[in-house]
Amino acid sequence: MLNKYFSLVSLLILFTVTGCSSEKKVLLPVGDNYPESLSAWGVLWRDSNRLVINQKVIPYDLNTALFSDYAHKFRTVWVPEGETAVYRQDDTFDFPVGSVITKTFYYPSVKGGSHNQVLKTSDYSQDFVGQALNLNHLRLIETRVLYHSKNGWVALPYVWNEEQTDAVLEITGGSFDLELVSEESGSQLVAFNYSVPDANQCVGCHAPNHSARVIKPIGPKARHLNKTYFYASGEQQQINYWRTSGILKGVPSLEKVPQNALWTLDAKNNIDHRARSYLDINCGHCHNPVGAADTSGLFLDIAQNDDLKLGVCKPPVAAGQGTGGHLFSIVPEKPDESILLYRMHSLDPGAMMPELGRATVHKEGVDLIQQWIRSMKGNCS
Amino acid sequence: MLLTACSEQAPEPSVKNESFQKKLLTQLIKAKPGDVITIPEGRHVIDRALSLNVSNVVIKGVGKDKSVLSFKGQKQGAEGLIVTADNIVLENFAVEDTKGDGIKVNECNHLTVRDVRVEWTNGPDTKNGAYGLYPVQCENVLIEKSVVIGASDAGIYVGQSRDVIVRHNRAEYNVAGIEIENTIGADVYENVATNNTGGILVFNMPNLPQPGHSTRIYNNQVFANNTSNFAPEGAAVSGVPAGSGVIINSNDKVEIFENDISENKTANIIISSYFSAGYYSEKSTAKDFDPYPETIFIYKNRFSGGGDSPDHLELKALKVAQFGFNGRLPDILWDGIVNSEKISEGKLKKEYAICIDNDTAGIINVDAGNNYKNISTDIKPHQCVHDKLPQVSLQRGS
Repeated sequence: MLNKYFSLVSLLILFTVTGCSSEKKVLLPVGDNYPESLSAWGVLWRDSNRLVINQKVIPYDLNTALFSDYAHKFRTVWVPEGETAVYRQDDTFDFPVGSVITKTFYYPSVKGGSHNQVLKTSDYSQDFVGQALNLNHLRLIETRVLYHSKNGWVALPYVWNEEQTDAVLEITGGSFDLELVSEESGSQLVAFNYSVPDANQCVGCHAPNHSARVIKPIGPKARHLNKTYFYASGEQQQINYWRTSGILKGVPSLEKVPQNALWTLDAKNNIDHRARSYLDINCGHCHNPVGAADTSGLFLDIAQNDDLKLGVCKPPVAAGQGTGGHLFSIVPEKPDESILLYRMHSLDPGAMMPELGRATVHKEGVDLIQQWIRSMKGNCS
Repeated sequence: MLLTACSEQAPEPSVKNESFQKKLLTQLIKAKPGDVITIPEGRHVIDRALSLNVSNVVIKGVGKDKSVLSFKGQKQGAEGLIVTADNIVLENFAVEDTKGDGIKVNECNHLTVRDVRVEWTNGPDTKNGAYGLYPVQCENVLIEKSVVIGASDAGIYVGQSRDVIVRHNRAEYNVAGIEIENTIGADVYENVATNNTGGILVFNMPNLPQPGHSTRIYNNQVFANNTSNFAPEGAAVSGVPAGSGVIINSNDKVEIFENDISENKTANIIISSYFSAGYYSEKSTAKDFDPYPETIFIYKNRFSGGGDSPDHLELKALKVAQFGFNGRLPDILWDGIVNSEKISEGKLKKEYAICIDNDTAGIINVDAGNNYKNISTDIKPHQCVHDKLPQVSLQRGS
């Protein structure tokens, strides 16, 4: 009762304070004094029953995205006015100092379900009212902020409060006990511990060059952004939209822009491209020739074209119990004998891959990689 | 008689203390160069991986049996502690029961690990984490006075590194006690390796950028490493026979001298090629990989016992056939597989030979490449010496 009263009060306060969304300025922090609350960034905040974004901030989406326990994600990019990011063909775009990228993790809630029950669904269509998230049916979990400071990118995890009024900076991360409810009839609840990474763990993934230890955004690369998005002004190709909005320059003609597969569950074609796109975004930030997992000799980024380095008939180096009793990362035609699939399927922190950001099995991802391995020809003897 | 797995534990209550975990995480995340992060006395329950990304930091407790980070019930993270930074000192604390590796240091220059204990308290178990102390792609590494117990792969595992000293440690009840892999320049001395499956291993694995060489193993006590292999199948060490003292696999320029090596039931020393490790196939091995152990020098070791009850069927049969039920294999067991391109006048060129200058110690060449056809115990091809390797010197700044 008391809680309800307080959240009502805080909602009212928020309502009166925020006013017109477009008038806000995106924050430019001084030194490493980062705001305790997400709303202070002026990028996105709760307004009534919506999560709204600053009108100068651009929402975006990825062709094939990182799996995070079936959480839905809402991404935004902001480049300081008068500045532009520079297009790169294969790497993360070069963003100017002051740029802010956010990614909000949330779930559709379960009708009549408890607070900790969240829905597993690939349907995003109910999530939005215009460009904002409709919070009537959603549970916000966390928002990760990447801020490009003078000294490089900084990764900051914000965790949404119980009242869902704002998110608070939690550099040590956090965890939530949730229950995943599938839309499929007759399926069981899956209880899992959703883990918000700590600030160091953010770096673990966001330093694709592990030797240089330089933090970078992962998503904003040409091949991940090469799709359309439904903006307030209508559907447009994202990279074109960024260019015409003035936040991106040096863009080649669209047919020269690389494109990872579009993740749609009913896609049946081009298994190889879909599988490689999935491995690229889920594994390639560590498993690349200069990444944190270069110690394994297994490289899963999109550029890799050596079968052995891609894992075909490759024995593990230091997989520990991650081998699952198997001899090679990938055995052609035999997903069930492939370490890669075993580790994607595992929920044991000592064996599972990715090591972080997942406490459930991504069935659709596992199915894709299974099909992919099954479609390969050959053997390892 | 069973040796007790570890010394008496601090009988502190195992209470999960959210605020301690959060405080420690905060200290690690907000660390500034020059910080000393202390772990107070007590058993501290931690349920997610700790990480340090800042250079010039010391993490220290008050003793490896007093300041204990217990990861029993760990929910998240592939290690207990992962460090990616330079000039790091870790000392006087313990990490217990991690789901994956105990302490991993990935890419570093100047690492000291001193008086640290990593242990899986339930003893040998396939489900234990793989590596206890695990620096990889590091330079100038010192690991000393530390204890590792129960790793399902290697207790102390130095991979793909350069200029390494491992000394005065104790490795017990691991699959591999101490393993030096794809590393250039390592001195491993005055350690105790016992009750492991294999005591001290020097390996090269294929498909990695750096092949290792130049390791000296000396003044160690390597005895009774007879614990059944409990590594998960497919792991690099799952092929290690129980009862192995020192194993060299595919590595070059290795010196083994003045060790006490005894009572290792398969053999006190095993020298083998990658072909005998159980994984070789043409498709699985990068073409530039050198699978042959070459330029090995064994001298002045004190051997006793061992070789009397080898693991693996073919070795058992071989022992009985050659030496009888009550006999034993010689101290040094070699798979006999050599690079045919390096043979001159019917034998391996001198500079690549396995040289033995060790009193009465014998060698058996089991001719594994030809299905054990021409087994030989002829010591003559091994009566030679190599130039001694230089001492490893850590480039420590003042």
